[in-house]
Amino acid sequence: MKIAITAAGPDLSSAVDQRFGRGRHLLVVDLPERTVQTIDNQAGRNAAQGAGIQAAQSVIDSGATVLISGHCGPKAFRALKAGGIEVYLTSGGRVDEVLNQFEEGTLDLAPAADVDGHW
Amino acid sequence: MKIAVASGKGGTGKTTLSVNLATALAYEQSVGLLDCDVEEPNCHLYLKPRFDSTEPVSTLVPVVDQDACTGCSLCARACEFHALLALPGPPLLLPELCHACGVCAYVCPEEAMSESEREIGMVGSGMVGGVYFRWGRLNIGEARSTPVIQSVKDLRTAPPLDTVIIDAPPGVACPAVEALRDADFAVLVTEPTPFGLHDLVLAVQTARQMSIPCGVVINRVGIGDERVDDYCAAENVPVLLRIPDDRRIAEACSRGEIFAAGDASFASTLRAFASDLRTRTQERITT
Repeated sequence: MKIAITAAGPDLSSAVDQRFGRGRHLLVVDLPERTVQTIDNQAGRNAAQGAGIQAAQSVIDSGATVLISGHCGPKAFRALKAGGIEVYLTSGGRVDEVLNQFEEGTLDLAPAADVDGHW
Repeated sequence: MKIAVASGKGGTGKTTLSVNLATALAYEQSVGLLDCDVEEPNCHLYLKPRFDSTEPVSTLVPVVDQDACTGCSLCARACEFHALLALPGPPLLLPELCHACGVCAYVCPEEAMSESEREIGMVGSGMVGGVYFRWGRLNIGEARSTPVIQSVKDLRTAPPLDTVIIDAPPGVACPAVEALRDADFAVLVTEPTPFGLHDLVLAVQTARQMSIPCGVVINRVGIGDERVDDYCAAENVPVLLRIPDDRRIAEACSRGEIFAAGDASFASTLRAFASDLRTRTQERITT
């Protein structure tokens, strides 16, 4: 399965980026092999509006079925849900460690957006 | 004469100047006051109108014909504002991000996209205290205020007006630009502080880029320093009026009263200020 996760750097040893729409990178990781495709989220970081929607579009287009990030606003959550993406939230850590938590089933599935837009 | 009262910085006294100027002028001419700060309107707190009418303001949003849509996602890829999300089937619309540009309907090869109206705010107008007053309010959660501002500035139902005063929103982004558009003169209200100066510089640049002549009103003179004056002198921007940091004005404001209504001297100062503006705009037309 493919997991999308926001990251401050381009690889698995990077920290999870707490921001979704305006996060640094989006890593699309195949589990369990852990092969990584890195998407630079420059467009989202510089978007005047709709950064979360644009990032959600990247996740949907990547073929991932799960997103892991720090926070998720209402519009991004609505978009991800429409795309059939499950959203898991983490308080932080290295990407590979958070992926371990996901595989162990200790990450929380977000039932709704956890922050307001433009938090 | 159409005067936009603007500022880069919030809280400098745009509304205070606008309502006092309108009230002072209403004794001798027909005057209109347009509250274009539709995200935070407040002129009505001073004028206390009972409106003749309020009308909804709508914008266009796309509607997808679910049967005709093939899920090609051309519309979502074309949307500059990320208001459409490409999904395996028909796209998801995020209406609050839509700018009503119509490109989605334009690019749809199946003609599956039409447009319908969506209410985003209201506009009200009427006569109050001898002033023709028009204001708008953007609904909570809406991202785009410019259609409501355009509606406030629509004077097709207004009586003939000698002077129109536009109370603009703060800042220099789209809402402020929309309020300034077509003004004969931009009155930039600032305070003599580093914050006031910083945002005044942006406001002057904006007015200049829009080719609208501008001048400065320094409010609460005495609370800060000389840097706003120095800047205006260096940039050749006229300082049109200085309003002292007068506790009586602040008290009237905090009670929701219009100081010029009870102070003949201040009203007279504002009428002279308006005559000066008229001379400046006429000079511009003739030269």
